[in-house]
Amino acid sequence: MNKLILGRYFPGESVLHYMDPRAKLLAGFIFIFIVFLASNWQTLALLTSFTFFVMCLSGVSFKVYLRGVRPLIWLILFTVFLQVLFRSGGTVYFDWGPITISHNGIINGVYIFFRFVLIIFFTTVITLTTKPIELTDGIYFLLSPLEKLKVPVDEIALMLSISLRFIPNLLDETQKVMDAQRARGTEFGEGSLLKQMKTLVPIFLPLYESSLNRAEDMANVMEVRGYQSGLTRSNFRRLTWHTKDTLALVTMALLTLGLLLLQ
Amino acid sequence: MAMQVKLSGVKADYQLGPIRSPLVLNGVDLTLSSGSLTAVVGHTGAGKSSLLKMLNGLLLPTEGEVQVGDATIKPNHSKKALKEIRKKVGMVFQFPESQLFAETVEKDISFGPLNFGFSRDEVLKRAYEAAMQVGIDPEGGMMEKSPFTLSGGQKRRVAIAGILAMDPDILVLDEPGAGLDPAGKKEILTLIQSWHKTRNLTTILVTHDMEDVVRYADNVVVMEKGKVVMHDTVYNVFADVEKLAEWHLDLPDARRLQLKIEHETGKQLPGVCLTPEELADALIEVGLV
Ligand SMILES: Nc1ncnc2c1ncn2[C@@H]1O[C@H](COP(=O)(O)OP(=O)(O)O)[C@@H](O)[C@H]1O
Ligand SMILES: [Mg+2]
Repeated sequence: MNKLILGRYFPGESVLHYMDPRAKLLAGFIFIFIVFLASNWQTLALLTSFTFFVMCLSGVSFKVYLRGVRPLIWLILFTVFLQVLFRSGGTVYFDWGPITISHNGIINGVYIFFRFVLIIFFTTVITLTTKPIELTDGIYFLLSPLEKLKVPVDEIALMLSISLRFIPNLLDETQKVMDAQRARGTEFGEGSLLKQMKTLVPIFLPLYESSLNRAEDMANVMEVRGYQSGLTRSNFRRLTWHTKDTLALVTMALLTLGLLLLQ
Repeated sequence: MAMQVKLSGVKADYQLGPIRSPLVLNGVDLTLSSGSLTAVVGHTGAGKSSLLKMLNGLLLPTEGEVQVGDATIKPNHSKKALKEIRKKVGMVFQFPESQLFAETVEKDISFGPLNFGFSRDEVLKRAYEAAMQVGIDPEGGMMEKSPFTLSGGQKRRVAIAGILAMDPDILVLDEPGAGLDPAGKKEILTLIQSWHKTRNLTTILVTHDMEDVVRYADNVVVMEKGKVVMHDTVYNVFADVEKLAEWHLDLPDARRLQLKIEHETGKQLPGVCLTPEELADALIEVGLV
């Protein structure tokens, strides 16, 4: 449970920690798009070195990032396999009905693998260096134009921040319930798949119950403290845009340009 | 059958993702004799809960070893062997009602014993025994109810019964009275004490209430910053007033009143008075009443 690092914040003092969350979010969006520009080895090398540079800036050890990839490794390998098996073109190494392993398939598989890993690394940098609450503030700001279209951005942001707020509690609670059931003789991750699934019931039911209770408490507290949806609220935390944030976005633009030129 | 518990040079920490926490147990040496009922006291964060988790391998030592009966838990202990230990060590967590999950009270109480491989008949017998012990009348239709429909106090009892039904040799309880009203708390601790006596268990109990210590325990372990700083009889621990003040620990009401009387009158009362009765006797003895 404690091994899951995707979506966790690591307190620190790096430049990235002090950047505006809006800049980081925008950079993240841009990155996800430009990853698809990496279609030859030069662009791939450029993007990889850029990602490593950003990872170094965060001051978090590489081991942490590798852990972040681990839970997703099967998903990644599965996608890569599909690419390798069903893409055709170039020299054919193996042919059996619809399944062919060809030169292009393998190359594409490699690209897909790198794109996946780079996206995970880059987004992990963002979540590791940004407090969840800052992320929601950033998302709120970036979504606020949608308010014109009657999208309840305020409520969405509130829901997001409440959920994020309770993730650590939920993790703690999961740990506690697992320990309690272990003490009653449950062995997790052992035996057949069916057996393993059965061990989940004694964890999820208590968690479900306590989450419902907590949600109800929360709703009551909010009501007592005068929360009403649909009102305009002022913000306690202010986001401030610095030169380094502009610089970061300029860097992203230059990177995009570089990728386009190398293509 | 009671068992001895012995920790030697135990150090432990928690792994939080890639980071390790500072040592939460920092060189604990402790022997709990067979058949004793020990209260563990100390501040929040002193490592009491971690010490308890150590006893059934939910937390493994990074150094040192834990002997539970004839089994020994070492760093890198194999998972398989832990199940044997967990069968012997019944652990009641803080707010144990949050572990209830089954459709009926009976199924929930039976969960532990079934996991440890007792036969169905045996399990049923134990479940009913344990329910009786915690004051849940099996005849009254309680066993068929959903645990989620019970009151807080009843849930707590069911959860404790779920551990007692495992028939452990060592009973470990983390603040079993927390969050209950005084009467409910007293009832639960009394039933634990009586189970301890009739089954001849070795029992360890974390509490913040010094009255509980006096009423139920025969030994006290004081924890401070991941270490056991004192382990003695209840009498001796409460005799050492300076040390307790240094650790910012409370005294039982009678003892506090005794000190106040001694301070005001300048007279020394005989012995250490832990209960109102003892204090009254001492006052009579020195002729203050
Ligand atoms: N699951 C956990 N993960 C990380 N740290 C923990 C965990 N449980 C307890 N700790 C830390 O270990 C220390 C001792 O905690 P604990 O054993 O619960 O003390 P106590 O029960 O005396 O209050 C505390 O500093 C606490 O923050
Ligand atoms: Mg505790």
